[in-house]
Amino acid sequence: MADDPVAADDDFVEPVTKTTGDPADAKMWTARLRRRIVQAFPPDRLLPDRQPAYVASWIYVFGVATVAALVVVIVTGCILAIKGPQWWHVSTVGHFVNSCHLWSVELFFFAMVIHLWGKFFMGAWRGRRAMTWIIGGVTFLGSIVTAFTGYISQTNFDSQWISTQAKDGINATGGGALFDVLNFGQMLMWHITLMPIVVVLLTAWHVLLVRRRGVVPPYPARAPRGATPMPGVAQ
Amino acid sequence: MIHLGTLHATLVALGGAPKSIVNLDRPGHYVHWHFIQISVANLIVIASMVAVFLLAILVPFPGHRSKGGQTDG
Repeated sequence: MADDPVAADDDFVEPVTKTTGDPADAKMWTARLRRRIVQAFPPDRLLPDRQPAYVASWIYVFGVATVAALVVVIVTGCILAIKGPQWWHVSTVGHFVNSCHLWSVELFFFAMVIHLWGKFFMGAWRGRRAMTWIIGGVTFLGSIVTAFTGYISQTNFDSQWISTQAKDGINATGGGALFDVLNFGQMLMWHITLMPIVVVLLTAWHVLLVRRRGVVPPYPARAPRGATPMPGVAQ
Repeated sequence: MIHLGTLHATLVALGGAPKSIVNLDRPGHYVHWHFIQISVANLIVIASMVAVFLLAILVPFPGHRSKGGQTDG
């Protein structure tokens, strides 16, 4: 038909933002899930072109710096997993990738701690952002577990020393039966499978919550004592 | 039979590591103050984080151009 845009133009592309679907299918779980996702994360909020003016500060850089370092950690970790310990201990390229893995972890924690300090002093849990703050804290703790299991997955004298020192601490908590730091296979699996999945999923959740609620604004300015009250300025 | 290349690489790994800027073949230095004991290396990292945190607050962000209260994301 001439007045049907789809029939008139073979190049017609349905907009990706269309969420309604066929009215007859509105009660299907796929339609309901799609509506909920698009309501929670509209595309312009998921990937905005601009940020509020107060984001133009170096302190707001450390969140994305942490994510960038995490990407390098994952990529170098994948290369180490593919090539194996005999490669990273004796090959010059292996040494290099091993060092990149170490130093990207150092940068990851460096940036994450500054990000944490910045968000703490901003009160980043304000404005229904409590879950964003909590997920960030849990990700930090999960990252520590990942790093510790990495220390004892190096397959060298250092990892043997660290694991034998750590066992007393873990056993003192009563957790040694479940989390045995002298069990190399278990620690390696925690380091290269379980914890990376946990940290990456938590990071993705954290970033999605930041996109949903927006970047936390600064505290409102305080007027000096005795000054004439102004609208929007706390007394 | 051991391959010579593998043997050489193993010997290099065990004894021929490249020289680092800091001599790591000795006990580390520690700062001990009352009950607090921390290695100099860790202290340097923590001091660096505090310094970078302060710089991030104080140093102005370059290329900041405001348009309707928004900045490029």
